[in-house]
Amino acid sequence: MKTLITVILCLLLSSLGFAQDNNKETKKDTTKLEEVLVLSRRKLSNHRQEKTLSSIDDYLEKSNKVTMIKRGNYAWEPTINNMTSERLVVTIDGMQIFGACTDKMDPITSYVDVSNLEKVTIGSGQEGTENGHSIGGGIDLKLPSSKFNGSGFKSGLDLGYETNGNYKATGLDLEYTGNKFFISADGIYRKSDNYDAGGNEEILYSQFEKYNISLKTGYKFSETQSIDANVIYDKATDVGYPALPMDVSLAEALIASLTHYYKPEDKALKSLETKLYFNTITHIMDDTKRPVVAIRMDMPGWSDTYGFYSKAELMKNKHHFTLNLNGFYNKSLAEMTMFSNNPSEPDMFMYTWPDIRTLYSGIFIKDDFHFSTHETLASSIRLGYHNNKIAKEVGVQSLQIFHDTVDEQNNRFLVSLASTYQLKKENYNLSVGIGYGERAPSVSEGYGFFLFNSFDNYDYIGNPNLKDEKALEANFSFKQKFNDFEIGLESSYFHIMDYIIGEIAPDVSSMTIGANGVRVYTALDHASIFNTYVNSSYKLSERFAINGTVGYNYGKGNDGENLPLIKPFSYFAEFNYNTPKFNAALQLDGNGNQSNYSSKYGENETADYAILNLNLGNVFHNKLGKTVLKYGIENILDTKYSTYADWNNFPRQGRNFYVNLSFVFP
Amino acid sequence: MKLKYLLPIAFIALFFSCSTDDDDNTTIVNEVEGLELIQTIVNGNETIELYNEKGLFETGYNMISLRIKDNTTDSYIEDATLSWMPMMQMPTMEHSSPKSTISKALGKDTVYEGFIIYQMTNTDGSGWSLTLNYNIDGTDYSVTETISVMQYENQNTATFMGSDGTNYILALIEPKDPSIAVNEMKVGLFKMENMMTFPVVEDYTIALDPRMPGMGNHTSPNNTDLTYNNADNFYYADLSLTMTGYWKLNLKLMNTNDDVLKGEDVTDENEASSLYLELEF
Repeated sequence: MKTLITVILCLLLSSLGFAQDNNKETKKDTTKLEEVLVLSRRKLSNHRQEKTLSSIDDYLEKSNKVTMIKRGNYAWEPTINNMTSERLVVTIDGMQIFGACTDKMDPITSYVDVSNLEKVTIGSGQEGTENGHSIGGGIDLKLPSSKFNGSGFKSGLDLGYETNGNYKATGLDLEYTGNKFFISADGIYRKSDNYDAGGNEEILYSQFEKYNISLKTGYKFSETQSIDANVIYDKATDVGYPALPMDVSLAEALIASLTHYYKPEDKALKSLETKLYFNTITHIMDDTKRPVVAIRMDMPGWSDTYGFYSKAELMKNKHHFTLNLNGFYNKSLAEMTMFSNNPSEPDMFMYTWPDIRTLYSGIFIKDDFHFSTHETLASSIRLGYHNNKIAKEVGVQSLQIFHDTVDEQNNRFLVSLASTYQLKKENYNLSVGIGYGERAPSVSEGYGFFLFNSFDNYDYIGNPNLKDEKALEANFSFKQKFNDFEIGLESSYFHIMDYIIGEIAPDVSSMTIGANGVRVYTALDHASIFNTYVNSSYKLSERFAINGTVGYNYGKGNDGENLPLIKPFSYFAEFNYNTPKFNAALQLDGNGNQSNYSSKYGENETADYAILNLNLGNVFHNKLGKTVLKYGIENILDTKYSTYADWNNFPRQGRNFYVNLSFVFP
Repeated sequence: MKLKYLLPIAFIALFFSCSTDDDDNTTIVNEVEGLELIQTIVNGNETIELYNEKGLFETGYNMISLRIKDNTTDSYIEDATLSWMPMMQMPTMEHSSPKSTISKALGKDTVYEGFIIYQMTNTDGSGWSLTLNYNIDGTDYSVTETISVMQYENQNTATFMGSDGTNYILALIEPKDPSIAVNEMKVGLFKMENMMTFPVVEDYTIALDPRMPGMGNHTSPNNTDLTYNNADNFYYADLSLTMTGYWKLNLKLMNTNDDVLKGEDVTDENEASSLYLELEF
């Protein structure tokens, strides 16, 4: 371990000097998200964005390394490298934001919409630590950058309809851009009824309704300085979770930020960006729509975060430095009130998150050392101080029922290191990286109290005495081009030490009626997670292309047990036909049989499946502007299926006809 | 220069130290602060004041504070000795209840204290009387007065006959203010030797199994059985409460030979023990 840290530090320090590396790929199409950068250099092809009005969830799912865990038709939880939220750092334009639901019904990706964002940056493993510590990687949802190009007034309208679930979506955006001032506003509204699984089976409680509005304005003081303010308000009501025993009556977020930009010219310092931000989330679970429950309950949760970051880009000689100093303070509180079926008994109450305060401050330094025409050595380090405090005395006392020692405060010092060598030639790319990272337990892992997990049917108790989870990581990617044929291999391996997971506490009675028992968070000595993907594409002609991906994933603990939520063998194939005004794609998407499931964590063998999708798109230009029409059929064969990532194997959507119409008025 | 600053400081210091002394001399310490008056009993030249935290007697364990006021001097008597006898009048018989002796409250000059465990009452609170015997300066006095004992909302005391044919009385003392935590549980166990005598039962064991009937009979971990503490003659245990609400504290009484005298284990088939106490918060 120490050797590795030393090696990475040496790599980082030895590459002093300055250079430039601008290998970011930008692709534009009609979709709202203009660019997806994958730091692991995995290309997330934009033409796979079939719908202009697709949700962030749909969008993220198109990436190889990202899989969305679904508890319903809304608010999917992203995973990277087979790791879920607590092992990832998910940020909105560098802003830390934490869901307010103890049962992960509100991943933060559910609080923004495509209309708010410009691009999504996904970093695999330790390459995703620019905004915080993680094991699996990072997702940064980038807000649009400020524009002062004087392009004047612009507007756009999006309309979408899908037959399955009678799903309606509408988006409107307005923008005025001057030379010193800009203002833009957008809103999006989505509503869906229950959808039908294959074979016209209605999935009850799969409805949702949400809207999202955002306002952004900026002012340019001088050639080098500008400031902008951004507010996003997102509100979802009546969200059903067919895989869970409860729904959500309200998931509401207010996300606000103020950013100052300084871009000096002709200096080593290329940019300095400083942001102050605040966000508040209210999440209210609801069981009033369920006719039969063991007991009625209220489960509200709140999460407030205040933070800042200051990010500098420096270039000198062959080096490109990124420095990021950031800090945040989060307050997470959740409670549960149960109403006894016996009216003479009083309500039962507990804090499920007993007002946990998290204070973090850290620094990130990255150097891209472009030491020859084709070679880059990228090294990064993040150092952070992480403090947890239980603000409610009853929180300390309630955890003491399970743990002999519960400290009111817990301090951690966290380190993340990564180093990647990249070789880029005309016909092939190669990248080899190593990394070491640490993370603090999440609020639920550290301090949760009787959090019911419907997946394995256990109540979970947090453990404030958990050690930091640590991971050693190696990754490799290679891509070779032979004329019109391209083949690539990508692979990551994680050796995770003190892998945090729930262990059954024998003889402890569950709180949730009907649960199998109680698990207390503890750590496996170590666990291994491995994934590999082979991507290939073949350009048959100027307009016709085929591409395909095959993936294999593996995850095991040192006890020989499979880890939960590890993707089985998967494949994806697509036939594309593209002209500037028309595109068509036929997709085959499937998973193999999930034979290495984790019965210990409530998984069963999910059967293999394959579905066919057809996506079509037209672009029209007329006097008023541009019109984009996207339409197609998903799950053409109306297959009834569920994937390993569908909570409790609830079935996915059956055949669905969709149409999206977008108008852009310049 | 320096003196200019030092002098005022010296004066202020002097002033405050003086005023502190004054306070100590003039303030009368209220020795029953935080307690509510239950009842006063007038007996000739003395008035006996009875206090507890709620200001009323309820079934179960009652910690009681007493003061005796000399009505002629209007001052409280500091060197009396007291004893008491609560009595329940039933249609066919009368009986007393478990009680402690009365002693001077720790650190107080005028307050005496002790406890009484009322194991039952009539629905209107009637039936009980309290006899107080006290001695002041070598003279014995006695007074008997009717008192009201209200029914406590939960079962905080249990009267039962054990399999050994003895009648027992079990009363919950702590936790008074339960919280979601490991609470210290304290009970008193007495046997009914005859209608008037209720001695402490020593060295038995009471198995504890707290349950929430409203939550599918959920129980909590890391509870301990109640064991006897010969320092104060009560039984103590750790009681874990995982949430607020109604808890049924299922109990099983065992004698020194581990023979079960009362109560059963809680199982899937048997939801509750026949011996239990109740708790609500």
